[in-house]
Amino acid sequence: MAITYTSGEQVEVYRFSIPATVLIPLAAVFLQAFLPLRFPFFLIFDLPLLVVIGFATARRNPLAGLLTGSLIGIMQDALTHQPIGLYGISKTVVGFGASSLGIKLDVENAGARFLITIFFYVVHEVVYFMIARGLVGMHMAWSWPHELLSGVANAVLGVLVFMLLDRVKQRT
Amino acid sequence: MESVLGRYRNLIVLVGVLFAQVLGLAIQVKRTTPSEPTRLIRIWAIGSVTPLEKALVWAQTSTSNIWHNYFYLRGVRAENRALKAEIERMSLDRVRISQDADQAHRLQALLGFKEQFISQTMAAQVIGGSGSELSRSVFIDKGSRDGVKPDMAVITADGIVGKVLHVYRATSEVLLINDQSSGVGAILDQTRLQGILNGTAAGELVLGRVMSDETVPPGEMVLTSGGDGIFPKGLPIGKVSKITPGSDLFLNIQVRPAADLSRLEEVLVVTKIDERQARPDQTGAARAIDILAARLPGVPSKPENITKAAASGTVPAPGSVTTKAAAAAAGAPATGAPKTAHPATPGSDAQSKPKAKPPEAAASNGATAARSAPNPDSPTGDSSGPPSASKATAATLSPTPVKTMPVKTTPGKTLADPKPPSDSPDAPH
Repeated sequence: MAITYTSGEQVEVYRFSIPATVLIPLAAVFLQAFLPLRFPFFLIFDLPLLVVIGFATARRNPLAGLLTGSLIGIMQDALTHQPIGLYGISKTVVGFGASSLGIKLDVENAGARFLITIFFYVVHEVVYFMIARGLVGMHMAWSWPHELLSGVANAVLGVLVFMLLDRVKQRT
Repeated sequence: MESVLGRYRNLIVLVGVLFAQVLGLAIQVKRTTPSEPTRLIRIWAIGSVTPLEKALVWAQTSTSNIWHNYFYLRGVRAENRALKAEIERMSLDRVRISQDADQAHRLQALLGFKEQFISQTMAAQVIGGSGSELSRSVFIDKGSRDGVKPDMAVITADGIVGKVLHVYRATSEVLLINDQSSGVGAILDQTRLQGILNGTAAGELVLGRVMSDETVPPGEMVLTSGGDGIFPKGLPIGKVSKITPGSDLFLNIQVRPAADLSRLEEVLVVTKIDERQARPDQTGAARAIDILAARLPGVPSKPENITKAAASGTVPAPGSVTTKAAAAAAGAPATGAPKTAHPATPGSDAQSKPKAKPPEAAASNGATAARSAPNPDSPTGDSSGPPSASKATAATLSPTPVKTMPVKTTPGKTLADPKPPSDSPDAPH
């Protein structure tokens, strides 16, 4: 496992085609809404979050990262009955953080991807929890074991998702 | 200044985007009704996702139907036998339940209860969910164009599922009962304790507002109480799975839902609920003699014309042929004895074949005759009965038909079945 510090000049920046930029997040949101009905255990995953992290670390552009996170999060919010913005804010933070981290670290290998996915999953959940409790007044219980287990599960899936994203990303 | 903006551009944009979203969130939380911009966002998001979900569900259902209808017919014969046996068993159950229901209806009518009936439902397919553990809702393939409206109850054959939350043109969002913002009025089947059923963040069902000094056995059925105004009374919700003392004076009763909320495929939307006054049944108020006849084989059963009379809810018209003929046949004087007929015997037509009976006998059956078959064709006769006649007799001689009123006066008796005073000429001997 190699998480190496790199300078801005050393890292490679990728971009995605417009169809990929539109369709991949849409597919992620769709699958997130559709699959849990057939496979209830899938609720533990957050596929849109994995796409946000994947896009952000590949593009390494904080602005693009936060906007992508914001749009995907708002779309995810729109499918719930909760106020719009809970996932939006959480994924904005994650998008910004992942792209900023992508500038500093080499996140091209599976081990690094595994660890940053766990890290950003927990960040996402913490931000969501704080907003949901503090701003919306939802009753939520925090469970570290549950969050860490979910983080590991998402990280495993994330490694696979990032490998798929590698196939559609283009070198700038 | 420009260099500062350039240097912190990303951070400024981040703060700006976050601020905008927090502001939007605060506005939504403060408002009780959804604002137009958020509704537009939801419509766009749902409009982009649900067509694909519908297509996939349709493809899946079609494939499944082809498989089950054409290829997977092995074991159908055995299943058919089992189903027939089950039908026989259920037919026996039905007779018993029907008797119970009749009795319940009679009691409800006595107490003036209003009953709720599911009179119309619409089948809908579940096409998608919210995809979030903290938002337990599903989307169905029926919307406003199909007549779905907010707050309609959604059920399955096993039990209740939730209520319609948002309605779009071709889809609707259903809030499941295990969502933490959901609340259902519930009642325990045996102990009849009432409470409020709420969902939790973990997706469990908890029945609250049941005092901690009550005893609730695990496994007891939980039904809808009808108090929430959404679900009709008596629909199954689930079974009590665990009881723990709550933090306050109430019990913490966990309920396992009857419907499998995590694997919903097809549901029923209750589009119409009728509410009407409970009625015993279409045969009218039960007479004491009928109840006796049901229990004692020696007592004659209710004749057909009386049954018809009870169904129409009227007592005989005054001066009816029955009354006059009976009185005439009995040789009763015009005054001094009530103008009533004895009850028609089984198999006889009281109107055409009045049987002669002594005046005493005729008088003794006056109360029964007061409830004898109506004769709408009969002319309105003169009421020449004595002023001291009993109420039953007075009803018989009343110029207009009187509706039977199954209002309870004393246990086991109704106004339609008054007991004449012992010193009355109508008193049974």
